[in-house]
Amino acid sequence: MSQTAYLVVAAGLFGIGAAGLLLRKNVLVMFMCVELMLNAVNLTFVSFGRSLDDVGGQVSVFFVLVVAAAEVVVGLGIIVAIMRRRADATADDISMLKG
Amino acid sequence: MLAVAIVERVVWAVAALVVLGGALGVIASENAVHAALSLVATLFGVALMFVLQEAYFLAAIQVIVYGGAIVILFLFVIMLLGVDRFEMLWGRERHAWRRPLAVLSAAVIATLACVGMLATTATPTGAPSVTGKVGGPGDDIMAIGRSLFTDHVWAFEITGVLLTVAVVGAVVLARKPQRAPIDLDEFPLPEPEPDVLDDLDDPGAESAEPGDAADPEPEEEAEEVTSA
Repeated sequence: MSQTAYLVVAAGLFGIGAAGLLLRKNVLVMFMCVELMLNAVNLTFVSFGRSLDDVGGQVSVFFVLVVAAAEVVVGLGIIVAIMRRRADATADDISMLKG
Repeated sequence: MLAVAIVERVVWAVAALVVLGGALGVIASENAVHAALSLVATLFGVALMFVLQEAYFLAAIQVIVYGGAIVILFLFVIMLLGVDRFEMLWGRERHAWRRPLAVLSAAVIATLACVGMLATTATPTGAPSVTGKVGGPGDDIMAIGRSLFTDHVWAFEITGVLLTVAVVGAVVLARKPQRAPIDLDEFPLPEPEPDVLDDLDDPGAESAEPGDAADPEPEEEAEEVTSA
């Protein structure tokens, strides 16, 4: 199985995640789409690391995973803080910082 | 050898189907809980692809951290906030031009990623590693650990600091504020239901001064409690 096959799946996953991020207005689902895009990048890291016989790709995935976990924790904290104020908030409603 | 290749191909096809189907489920489900469960499918498919590429440690970490921790966190927040109701995906939208534009930009992003990565596949820009070989002595956990604690030890320390900051930030963000941080004159609270107000309204309270009304009431309640 060549590297190409995995890269195509990763590109498709990234595209679907980007489409979801742009289409959906539920902030929680938008967060999940960010996770999809991060996973696509992880898959690319592992594929290139394998074809170059370098463990650096897998180490990069390790760091991406940690940063994604930290991002989810802070992001969900922000969402909880927003939802406590407005129960039905979508991304369109949170525009008070708009210039 | 041929049988191994066929098995690998079949497993890849199943994993690709699960990954892309789950991703479509995330962006197309009307309920946030269904989206989270589709996300689990995608994460498992990616873990399967890690196994196919001999990244066994990352596959385990993927299932434990992503499937076990992050998705559970998502579900906790969904249940905690009570936003697990269905939302209309294809209803009217304020800006109708957004949707085709969003799909178009996502397609362009995916195509660019495909072209970019496949163009580099023919001639990989990086040189094969000399120090951190995947297939070196020991398994992949040893190779990752050796690389992590020698070449990337600074990044490892910074990651620890980042996690600490994230935990502190989450606690600060999720704490209930002691008083309203937003000016209530500018953003008034929603008015309570009128029928509830009718039950609570005391007709005699209107004649009393607003300043006096606050004080006597607790005393009256206290007397009632002691007399009872």
